[in-house]
Amino acid sequence: MELQVKTMAQLTAEGQSVDVLFWVGCAGSFDDRAKKITRAFAKILQHCEVNFAVLGSEEGCTGDPAKRAGNEFAFQMAAHMNIEILNGYGVKNIVTTCPHCFNILKNEYPGLGGSYEVMHHTTFLQNLINEGRIKLTDADVFKGRRITYHDSCYLGRANGIYEAPREVLAQLDAELVEMKSCKSKGLCCGAGGAQMWKEDEPGEERINTRRSREMADTKADIVAANCPFCMTMLRDGVSKQNLEGEMHVFDLAELVAAGQGIQDINLD
Amino acid sequence: MEPIQIIQILAFLLLTTFTFVVSGKKYVTIYRNISMGKAEDSAPDRVLRWKNMLRIALGQGKMFANLPAAVLHLCVYVAFVFTQIELIEIFADGITGRHRILYNGIQSSWFTGLYTAIISTIEVLSLLALIATFFFLARRNMLSIPRFRKAEMEGWPHRDANIILYWEIVLVTCIFLMNGADAALHPDEYGFIFSSNLGPALLGGLSESTLHILERVGWWGHITGVLGFLIYLPYSKHLHILLAFPNTFYARQKPAGQMDNLDSVTQEIKLMMNPDTAFAAADPNAEIPTFGAKDVGDLTWKNLLDAYSCTECGRCTDQCPANLTGKKLSPRKVMMDTRDRMEELAAFRKGSGEEHDGKSLISDEYVSVEELRACTTCNACVEACPVMINPLDIIIQMRRNLILEQSNSPEEWNALFNSIENSNAAWAFPASDRLKWTEN
Repeated sequence: MELQVKTMAQLTAEGQSVDVLFWVGCAGSFDDRAKKITRAFAKILQHCEVNFAVLGSEEGCTGDPAKRAGNEFAFQMAAHMNIEILNGYGVKNIVTTCPHCFNILKNEYPGLGGSYEVMHHTTFLQNLINEGRIKLTDADVFKGRRITYHDSCYLGRANGIYEAPREVLAQLDAELVEMKSCKSKGLCCGAGGAQMWKEDEPGEERINTRRSREMADTKADIVAANCPFCMTMLRDGVSKQNLEGEMHVFDLAELVAAGQGIQDINLD
Repeated sequence: MEPIQIIQILAFLLLTTFTFVVSGKKYVTIYRNISMGKAEDSAPDRVLRWKNMLRIALGQGKMFANLPAAVLHLCVYVAFVFTQIELIEIFADGITGRHRILYNGIQSSWFTGLYTAIISTIEVLSLLALIATFFFLARRNMLSIPRFRKAEMEGWPHRDANIILYWEIVLVTCIFLMNGADAALHPDEYGFIFSSNLGPALLGGLSESTLHILERVGWWGHITGVLGFLIYLPYSKHLHILLAFPNTFYARQKPAGQMDNLDSVTQEIKLMMNPDTAFAAADPNAEIPTFGAKDVGDLTWKNLLDAYSCTECGRCTDQCPANLTGKKLSPRKVMMDTRDRMEELAAFRKGSGEEHDGKSLISDEYVSVEELRACTTCNACVEACPVMINPLDIIIQMRRNLILEQSNSPEEWNALFNSIENSNAAWAFPASDRLKWTEN
């Protein structure tokens, strides 16, 4: 299907209102693997006729990695600029495919003058399914497959969202298996707290290596992620376990889009 | 009243007074140390505060993530709480020089029945606590459970844990000795579930005077054990038995993912963004704000209460992804270091009369830069703590100090900050690239 994405600037110029702003995030905009997630989710929105827009070149980093690294100044400068733009457009609802953007927009922007209804895309997808707007007509592409779900820290422990993504996955015609550490005890992928941007401190192994062993133990065909940074780490973990071709990491949006038959998925 | 009774009353009063004066001073010191911390800015939900305290401290709500440990801990905890009832009588006996003042003083059948039921319950709980204590000792000393074997547990922390367990054995043994000898002296009275059977059976052959002495050894052993414990407690990790309650009551209630925004930074940015103030000369009299925490005095009083509430169980470190993969960071060590640094600074202030010794919590002696850097802010430590301690909050405040006050940042992070500040992006891509994902 042909993607038709409009920006807030375009729609405002056309005098149209927007129901939901899709906050793409830096990873979703620039990281090649994460861009595919962005596309899959935009296709779902378009397919479900959600009246949405993106900020495009007006979007800036939320400041999450700076804040977690300890650079409160860089964070608040970034937040200040984003809030000016969001408030300028009168944005009320935001959906994002990144749990870090979700957490910071939802919890930390209000104190700086930016209050919005913020939703992570997994909750948004669950709502669309519950409303009957997403119909998983092609869910049988997952028939006979095992899926395990990786809780990201910033969706799970940070915001207590454990069930929505699992309920979305339950709609697929697959077997859901849990890793040894899951839900509130889920093991971090290793990217959070701005670790994504630097080398590890000396240690015995990388965190995603440890996580990848738990992934391998499930013998799942698919690891479902909800975060572009987890995506990088988990894929790296799959290759450390030499499971390329056997175990695939996909974002929930990609799985749902495949289940809807609006995007191909390669499980071989 | 016989002279021996008067001597006992005097000894009891002396010991008790001594205990309350000595331990009271230490408790006051701890209160003052916690007050070194800065104010907390939160608007708490008062109902939730009570709920947290009742569910998590009183009800042990978060212990059950680890069922075997929770059951063992529950045995000791319930026995400890319930035994306080018997302690009331022991205190009353100590002050009056009477023997089992409640039992002998209130002569009615329903009260005697109740009394027997209570003491019997205490005996059952004490036995369970004794069994649990042996499990604890075995677990800590004979099994190699990682959380008991980490580097920060070497030396005093390990000894501290064992001392408390041995102490528990002495306390329980004394209770049984006291009740058992008493029951042997009065075989037809009481009807305590264990002592009234085992006491006469095991000690029945001894002379009356020996039994009297054994009863006194049990009584005095127990009460000196309890008083000694009160003195020892504030020097020990075991202080959690008291502080778990205020600590859960005052615990932060925001979503775990929400890090506080620094008001001082918000003010700076407002001044910068306002054309009227941006180019004005800085007020020379204005207080220069410090960013983040370098030492314990920069933390909040709740962070410091957290540190004293920690009983070094290591559930946090056991869940920390950095620690699990061999990095130096251990959230438990962060809490222990915060407490130990507080004690050190307080001792320095008391000894020298000066404000600060020039040392800091961020240091190779306490929490090193390497440890602080390894945190992924995943909240696993916060989630794991049974008494709602938040090591992450302390870690983040120290990270802020490293970056904002000390310009101590890895090169890669400097590149990240530059990208955010100059390209508005976490990587240095131009804003015009932000829609490239739509092009497929």
